[in-house]
Amino acid sequence: MKEIYLDNNATTKVDERVFEEMRPYFCELYGNPSSMHFFGGQVQKKVDEARSRVAALLGALPDEIVFTACGTESDNAAIRSALEVFPEKRHIITSRVEHPAVLTQCRNLSKRGYRITELNVDSEGRLDLEELKAAIDNDTALVTLMYANNETGVIFPIEEAAKIAKEKGALFHTDAVQAVGKIPLNMAESAIDMLSLSGHKLHAPKGIGVLYVRRGTPFRPFLVGGHQERGRRAGTENTASLIALGKACELAHVHMEEERVRVREMRDRLERELTALIPNTRINGGGADRLPNTLSIAMEFVEGEGILLLLSEKGICASSGSACTSGSLEPSHVLRAMGVPFTCAHGSIRFSLSRFTTDAEIDTVIRELPPIIKRLRDMSPFGREFLGKQ
Amino acid sequence: MWDYTDKVKEHFLNPRNVGEIVDADAVGEVGSLACGDALKLFLKLDENKERIVDAKFQTFGCGSAIASSSALTEMVKGKTLDEALEVTNQQIADFLGGLPEEKMHCSVMGQEALELAIAKYRGVEAPVHGHDHDHEHVEGGGQLVCKCFGLTDVFLKKVIQSNKLTTAEQVTHFTKAGGACGGCIPKIKELIAEVLGEEKKVAQEKPAKLTNLRKMQLIQEVLENEVRPQLWADGGDLELIDIDGATVQVAFRKACAGCASSGYTAKFVEQKLRELVSNDIVVQEVQG
Repeated sequence: MKEIYLDNNATTKVDERVFEEMRPYFCELYGNPSSMHFFGGQVQKKVDEARSRVAALLGALPDEIVFTACGTESDNAAIRSALEVFPEKRHIITSRVEHPAVLTQCRNLSKRGYRITELNVDSEGRLDLEELKAAIDNDTALVTLMYANNETGVIFPIEEAAKIAKEKGALFHTDAVQAVGKIPLNMAESAIDMLSLSGHKLHAPKGIGVLYVRRGTPFRPFLVGGHQERGRRAGTENTASLIALGKACELAHVHMEEERVRVREMRDRLERELTALIPNTRINGGGADRLPNTLSIAMEFVEGEGILLLLSEKGICASSGSACTSGSLEPSHVLRAMGVPFTCAHGSIRFSLSRFTTDAEIDTVIRELPPIIKRLRDMSPFGREFLGKQ
Repeated sequence: MWDYTDKVKEHFLNPRNVGEIVDADAVGEVGSLACGDALKLFLKLDENKERIVDAKFQTFGCGSAIASSSALTEMVKGKTLDEALEVTNQQIADFLGGLPEEKMHCSVMGQEALELAIAKYRGVEAPVHGHDHDHEHVEGGGQLVCKCFGLTDVFLKKVIQSNKLTTAEQVTHFTKAGGACGGCIPKIKELIAEVLGEEKKVAQEKPAKLTNLRKMQLIQEVLENEVRPQLWADGGDLELIDIDGATVQVAFRKACAGCASSGYTAKFVEQKLRELVSNDIVVQEVQG
């Protein structure tokens, strides 16, 4: 069975061109870029090129790019650095819908005496900047807010938030793991101090990430013990993977317009058709500015795991904000923060597309999902009074 | 992805007995939309109102909840009500070739619905269960422990006991209690301790009167079977040196020897001996 992969916010296919770019750096060009000999030196040149390619996608300078092992490491490094830079400040502002890479770190810090403010979101998953203005003070070391939400695709007004942080003398970090490669970013005209991205979300392999650190932004390294990355991240470079990430960023730049237009059209069509064919649905974050590739659709009176298992039987790979799939017992913290009604919080499914998604695949989902929902609703003791005789 | 058995997958993809029985004799409904899973079980009895001739279900929930409901209906068909009451949640799980531990609550939900249906049919007091719809009123008595999922102490203790659960995490996997806000986890630990304590009491009643010989034997048994294994777990050990009346002299060995908390360890030994042998025992630590 050929898979229909619509779970690109979880991870993406490595682009064949990206893989070709990295391939020689395992068995042939395996030199250490720090070495004095020609063999390491030629790898150093490719590392520099990769750094420039990543910088180009972000509108940043090459020396502002710090390669890390993953988005989570970038997030952790940014938060820890801010606290070390401002040892006297004891306050961090974040939001209730952040990725666990940020949220868990913040909640752990709250147990160690830091004051954490988690900004709320409205029913569409939007941030209220007035709440940020009210919460920020001279004690605030860091404001860390995600660029776009992984579950709903809702985009936060990051530039405005970064300006508010700057005015108060706090550092500003954004977890842009879901945004990079999907929407244009330009650090040259931004107030963002630090930004995290992850390779495997944009068709590079797993195990490579970046922390962008603006020139002049004070920074303390998370990993120490080597001069690599100008002393900002010790450890021998993951050369093959970062070269791959460079290529992936170059390709993301080329395909950005396609992502913005063709992928969005497919997403919108999927949303439109599913909403028309399945009664009692709701688009999570539908009223907000969203990533072009993400659709989070809640269906009343059914539970997400059953939907995913039945979709999987048809080869369709999606994900859910439901409890049962993750081993947790509550719907996702994102949907709860948005106050998604409990009648449908358990039945939320996320489809996340990529430039490899085809119209035919979208057609298959539109054909297969409605009968699956009907089948599960027929099995459910709830909703008869609302759904009537479907 | 969950590691479901082929039987679970098969019962999820082709569930048996889905639907309702309009003229059902007994109906049991547990769970709610807010909780994330719910089961409505319908039973039809024979003319003598003894034997289950048909069973159907409606379930809202994950794959294993649907498979557990399907298994339950298959298992109870043809049974008398008394026989049906003998079905345990473990049997439901076994019928399916096992469930991931995190999903055991699905089998518990099946067993609960069955008990409730039969109790309501017989007009006896509903068994104490969890999953109250509004999480405020507690049917059948007991104290509300898990407010998120509406579960009572009596219900939790029953599940702890019948499934021999020993950790709060297991209790969450079997009942969902503590799986949301986590506020009741300390209480769950207390309940586990209570159940374990009660079981010990049943298993090891203190003999009414002890001869000296019997007492010495008992002290040795408790040290061997109850105390030393616990010390081994922490890399420690002890040796019995002497017993003089109610005074028990022990020497600590391995990690326990010279350990800063050996005072606590001595107290722990004393408490165990008082609990299981005699109330007047005093433990002395000696160098030997």
